[in-house]
Amino acid sequence: MRVNGTQQQLKKPVSLAQYLRQEGYNEGKVAVEKNGEIVPKSRFQDAILSDADTLEIVHFVGGG
Amino acid sequence: MEGRAKTPMPPRASADLLVPTREEIRQVCDERFTKETYERLQRAGVAIAGLGGLGSNIAVMLARSGIGRLRLIDFDRVELSNLNRQVYDIRHLGQKKTQALAQRLRELNPHIELELCDVRVTEENALELLRGWDYICEAFDDPEAKAMLAEQVLWGSRQEAANSEGGKTWNPYLVAGSGMAGYGDANLIRTRKVNGRFYVCGDEETEAGEGTGLMAPRVAVCAGHQANKIIQLIIGGN
Repeated sequence: MRVNGTQQQLKKPVSLAQYLRQEGYNEGKVAVEKNGEIVPKSRFQDAILSDADTLEIVHFVGGG
Repeated sequence: MEGRAKTPMPPRASADLLVPTREEIRQVCDERFTKETYERLQRAGVAIAGLGGLGSNIAVMLARSGIGRLRLIDFDRVELSNLNRQVYDIRHLGQKKTQALAQRLRELNPHIELELCDVRVTEENALELLRGWDYICEAFDDPEAKAMLAEQVLWGSRQEAANSEGGKTWNPYLVAGSGMAGYGDANLIRTRKVNGRFYVCGDEETEAGEGTGLMAPRVAVCAGHQANKIIQLIIGGN
């Protein structure tokens, strides 16, 4: 699976919600694109990732 | 007012000032660029969500660059703690940010068209506030609000396009900001293309929090990245 331009191996399919949790992201502070399509937060649980996917994760931090 | 020194204030823009005409401003703006470049900027409209350190600086840069129309969105008032990085000054303390910024921008370019939205952006009203705007700057302070806006704009516009049945579709560009606190290396702040419609500016790491505040230089660098990307998209696109 490709995440933010870096190749990494996904051994078994996981939900996007699970993946974000295990990578330490806060679901409320990210914008995620899967294969070029934005995934709304309400679908993080249902979106299943496979090793062929490309993810772009934008993790927002405070300040502006 | 006891204990505070009185400092004479410079005069505000008034009717006595000679206000340059639209044509005079156009002439100096396109001296070095082509007429076409300036006309593209003049025809463009940009919505700015959040008028703090990022948004107020972005608005000033876009107004100076000749953008024709801005929608300025914020519910907040100017506070003393804002003056370390936002374009307001002590005249504006206590004023609505929309009003204060409008005054500032009209002093730079009296012919710019401004739409002021004195409202907090939420999941419920985001699309209503932004629909139809081709260029959107996310300039909030709160990370969850930033993520909310990205989802509303990118997913919401897509859903509307899918449901439009061949009608006029809205396919906006979103330029967001993330990570510009502190005084670390300014070169770590960059513009990342997430896709052709979505860009993030900042170091994507350094957040405002205990021990790391926001300071004018890095906030302005990030605002400059956002404003510059918007200008590139306007001039480069159709």
